Amino acid sequence: MYIGSARLSYRADEAIWQRPAHRGSVAALLLALLLLPLFGNDYTLLLAGQLCIYVIAITGLNLLTGYTGLISLGQGAFMGIGAYATAVLASRYGLPIWITFPGAMAITALAGIAVGLPSLRVRGLYLTIATLAANVIIIFIIRKMEWLTGGDRGISVTPASIFGVPIQAELAKYLLIMPIAAIFVLFAQNLFRTKVGRAFIAIREQDYSAEILGISLLRYKLTAFALGSAYAGAAGCLWTYFFTALTPNQFDLGLSILFLAALIVGGMGTVLGPVFGAVFVVLVPEVLRSLASLATPYYPMALQATAPLTEIIYGLLIIGFLIFEPMGLTALWNRFWRYIDRWPFTR
Amino acid sequence: MNSLLFVLEDSLSGLMTGGVYALMAVGMVLVFKATRVVNFAHGAIMMVGTYFFFSMSAMAQALAVTFWVTVPLALIATGLLGALLERVLMRPLLGQSVFSMIMVTVGLISVLEGLAALIWTTEAQYPPALFALEITFINGIAINLQMFWSFVVGVGVFILIAVVLFLTRTGVALRATAFDQGTAYAMGINVPRVFSLTWMLASMTGCLAGLLLAPLNSLTPALGHLGLSVLAVIILGGLDSILGTLIAALLIGWLEAMAGHYLGGDWRGVMPYAVVLAIILVRPYGLFGTREVERL
Repeated sequence: MYIGSARLSYRADEAIWQRPAHRGSVAALLLALLLLPLFGNDYTLLLAGQLCIYVIAITGLNLLTGYTGLISLGQGAFMGIGAYATAVLASRYGLPIWITFPGAMAITALAGIAVGLPSLRVRGLYLTIATLAANVIIIFIIRKMEWLTGGDRGISVTPASIFGVPIQAELAKYLLIMPIAAIFVLFAQNLFRTKVGRAFIAIREQDYSAEILGISLLRYKLTAFALGSAYAGAAGCLWTYFFTALTPNQFDLGLSILFLAALIVGGMGTVLGPVFGAVFVVLVPEVLRSLASLATPYYPMALQATAPLTEIIYGLLIIGFLIFEPMGLTALWNRFWRYIDRWPFTR
Repeated sequence: MNSLLFVLEDSLSGLMTGGVYALMAVGMVLVFKATRVVNFAHGAIMMVGTYFFFSMSAMAQALAVTFWVTVPLALIATGLLGALLERVLMRPLLGQSVFSMIMVTVGLISVLEGLAALIWTTEAQYPPALFALEITFINGIAINLQMFWSFVVGVGVFILIAVVLFLTRTGVALRATAFDQGTAYAMGINVPRVFSLTWMLASMTGCLAGLLLAPLNSLTPALGHLGLSVLAVIILGGLDSILGTLIAALLIGWLEAMAGHYLGGDWRGVMPYAVVLAIILVRPYGLFGTREVERL
């Protein structure tokens, strides 16, 4: 049972993880992530790497949609810009990951600011449709700039190398991506303890009121777009080195919808939400596939049904969470721990 | 001279496609007027309706009946589907944020597309065309009669709906709900029934649009994506304006054809989105929409 916390210094009051239990669970999680390669095979590591990339992209979307209230259906295309920026810089100009990673983030952030400009004029539904349109147009441009991006034939890169060590094995990729994802999530967690983060939340609650309170909408809305897309750019960069081959249709509207779905299922406006959401969207197809292979002896068509079934389940999850638990999995998680905390007095 | 002829031909075919777009868009506008929700899943409902027609016409063929019998049946089935979706998914969210309702329709796209792929597979199907593919020449200009009749049906049904909206009691109830929901309740209008009716009507018109479009494109679960490009039409028309929708639909159809003519076929698809982005930047309330005033 948890009774209360006595904070005896300002440092303790300002800590991110206030209780020993929090610190312990974060440490345990990091330890588990580091030890995963000992237990998992290459396929597990592949999934884990993809999961970490999704976590970064969805955390970026969360900054924009969950915290600032600017609903975007363009995160997939931003990730595409980051991925293509990386691929072009790396394969045409031979630049190393030290330059392509920040480069991709910067280029995507600029693209995000450009797409964010309508947000100063319109909100809500109109902005969502504007980002949707931007998504389609960005993918179209990537497809059309064949001389640079290879068009529909795609583009491929050589694996990244750090200190001369090629990042080619699943283990190396995982050990590169996982810490970056952890840092990006931690950055988001910290952002909402600063002036900028609080300005984002004020804009979400009511942007006119925020402006009256002295928050520059121009500055903070564009900052939100820049940050959200920089996250997408980072995710895209890692995606490029992770799969080493790109085609434009990987980043179409479906990916944007997938990210938004993951965010809703995980819980908008919470730091844990994107993590839960990413776990969900990565694991649902896997679970379905293994169920299908179990069912194959009885229904030979089972494996073919997994793709549509996955789609149906994604859709049902979005709808179900919106109707029954709009705060997402994070709310369930928090409720569970509250139950444990208050245990003898809970019903 | 010859190139002018081609431009004229393409313009005509673009305008005719615009007629079908108008039919698709009117469903979204109706739902928006009544419930303030833009139904992203409208295209997906249209796709499912077309599959209903496909299956029913196959049955009709097996029973040696003409497929025309199944047209009203498919329309009714799709209307019922729309009413069901409204009752089960949208009604519980009444009074919640518009964002939730819109995202539910986005989720619905996945569900409907997945179900269609599960039931009818992702292979392209070819339901019987309502109008035969036939080309006639008027003063040397080729006119696709299939598209012409589609245009006539599209615009005809569109005008019919406008008449219903402006001249009947139900139409008045719908417009009253659109104007001010609270007052509409107070005047004894059964607002939830209005919601049901609009969803039903929207789904039926969507299904009809799907029947007209299916012979031009082929029928796959991705047919519903056309519904997203119709977003351009309703934004350009101003979301809640019936007349604006018709003009915008014709304009978008024409712009698409012109993009196809001058820039190449693959530019057609991206054209509506470019228009929508430009419109949102310059005139978010569209050509004929009401400007929304927001008070704190």
